[in-house]
Amino acid sequence: MQQVQDPLGESRAAVRGSSRVPGSSGAASLEFRGVSKRYGSATGSGGAVNDLSFVVPAGAICVLVGPSGCGKTTSLKMVNRLIEPSSGQILIDGVDVGTEDVTALRRRIGYVIQQVGLFPHLTVGRNVAVVPALVGWSGERQRARTRELLSMVGLDPDRYADRYPAQLSGGERQRVGVARALAADPLLMLMDEPFAAVDPIVRERLQDEFLRLQRELAKTILFVTHDVDEAIKMGDLIAVLAEGGRLAQFGPPDEILAHPASDFVARFVGQDRGLKRLSLRTVADLRVEPIGEREGLPAFPPATTLRDALSILLAADTRGGVVLGNEGKPRGLVTVDAIASALADDAGGAART
Amino acid sequence: MNGEPLVRWDWLFAHLGPIGDRVGQHLYLATIAVGIGFGISFVLAALSIRRRRLFPLITIVATGLYAIPSFAMFAALVAVTGITTLTAEIPLVLYTLVLFIPNIVAGFDAVPADVLEAADGLGYTAGERWWRVELPLAVPLVVAGLRLATVSTIGLVTVSAILGDSFGGLGYYILDGYQRHFTTEILVGGLLSIGLAALADFGCVLLQRFLTPWAAARAAVR
Repeated sequence: MQQVQDPLGESRAAVRGSSRVPGSSGAASLEFRGVSKRYGSATGSGGAVNDLSFVVPAGAICVLVGPSGCGKTTSLKMVNRLIEPSSGQILIDGVDVGTEDVTALRRRIGYVIQQVGLFPHLTVGRNVAVVPALVGWSGERQRARTRELLSMVGLDPDRYADRYPAQLSGGERQRVGVARALAADPLLMLMDEPFAAVDPIVRERLQDEFLRLQRELAKTILFVTHDVDEAIKMGDLIAVLAEGGRLAQFGPPDEILAHPASDFVARFVGQDRGLKRLSLRTVADLRVEPIGEREGLPAFPPATTLRDALSILLAADTRGGVVLGNEGKPRGLVTVDAIASALADDAGGAART
Repeated sequence: MNGEPLVRWDWLFAHLGPIGDRVGQHLYLATIAVGIGFGISFVLAALSIRRRRLFPLITIVATGLYAIPSFAMFAALVAVTGITTLTAEIPLVLYTLVLFIPNIVAGFDAVPADVLEAADGLGYTAGERWWRVELPLAVPLVVAGLRLATVSTIGLVTVSAILGDSFGGLGYYILDGYQRHFTTEILVGGLLSIGLAALADFGCVLLQRFLTPWAAARAAVR
């Protein structure tokens, strides 16, 4: 169904990989090769996985998305062997995880879950340091690393390191969960609905901050969600799973939105997939027209998504809006037609042969 | 009754030494019973957690033992083990089981599933997970069981006075006072036993605060 070459080519992942933070050991590639998990009929087919094959290049975020019971979480847990596959192999940098010592394997893989699972009896600082402590780092190195990570996820170490998890908000707990998963500088992170338990506003902020962090860290990440919008936002690659744990489609978000491989995928990503594609692009990507009279026209900073720009243009009922350049100077005029044709251009270029 | 005062302070002050010895014996008998009872209960609780079907069975047996009147159990054991410390300890130990086991099981059951999953996923071995995650998180309910068992055992030690003068701790004074119609002795034995139980309970609370500073942080938030 899908080829197993690097489907990203010269994509975001490669760009991210070039700007690593010092002290980061980088990322590993991840491959699913014919992976299946069958459960006895007594437990039903929920969570089963059927002949899953795909490759995530080092430094990319791959999102597993699909309806409940499609085997997303099962697939994720087979990577760190919380669940053992019935057949097939999972390879990290070409090495079959089934051949490794399971404890050592898990300590090299970051793990973030929806309910966070912070240890209530340990302070925030000691929660973050659990894996370094398990692998025998010195106390001083643990403390230094903890402070670094807490700052990285936006928590002041002086204020937070000695608190207990019960004293944190939901969003703060998730940040600590992410810091804990990053503690021993894993080559690979597994994130199982990591932002699903917080309210939408906090979720959006956590997503944005995590993407910013990932631009520096360039970890390979396998990310599970049931939320298509989150998949599109977070993923360099998306694996859409159908019921029964089949891979329905695998590719970059724009390709899945532009060319759903089946009715199932089209229905799953939604009628508004055209609008969702617009949210993947910003006005900075647009070809603009010369500005004539700009009196009363809305202005768009470069990071405005085409979806937001379109929405604003429709609401304002104007012929166009002014796209601003990096220094806030007007760069040109954007119209509803230009936004619509931006998708058409891309669709032509990305069409399958 | 016969014009006696309720408390004969002169008797009390004349017997401070022997009373101290009885307090020591009382604590000795209670500590051994609670210690051994805790050990046996821990093993049976661990078994109940692994083999869930055994839990109701173990609970029924422990409850059944608790239903045996203490007088009857001490008396019946004399025929088997004679007038020995063992005879005093066996009932005391058996009575702790029903207080310890359900609390220990509940303590381990109360460890949240997401915490266990995180521990596994982060690479704790089974042993590390037990020592560093499950046991510490079970402590609040285990200590709740310890408080019950300690208070109950300190009260019950007095009944072992029926085995003779070398047993019973402060219960010796209660029995002796009853037989001699001497209220001072009954009050000394009874009140000091209650005082010991209260002190021991307070000690357990301090132990819990020391072992679980995080629980206080949690309580402060709610």
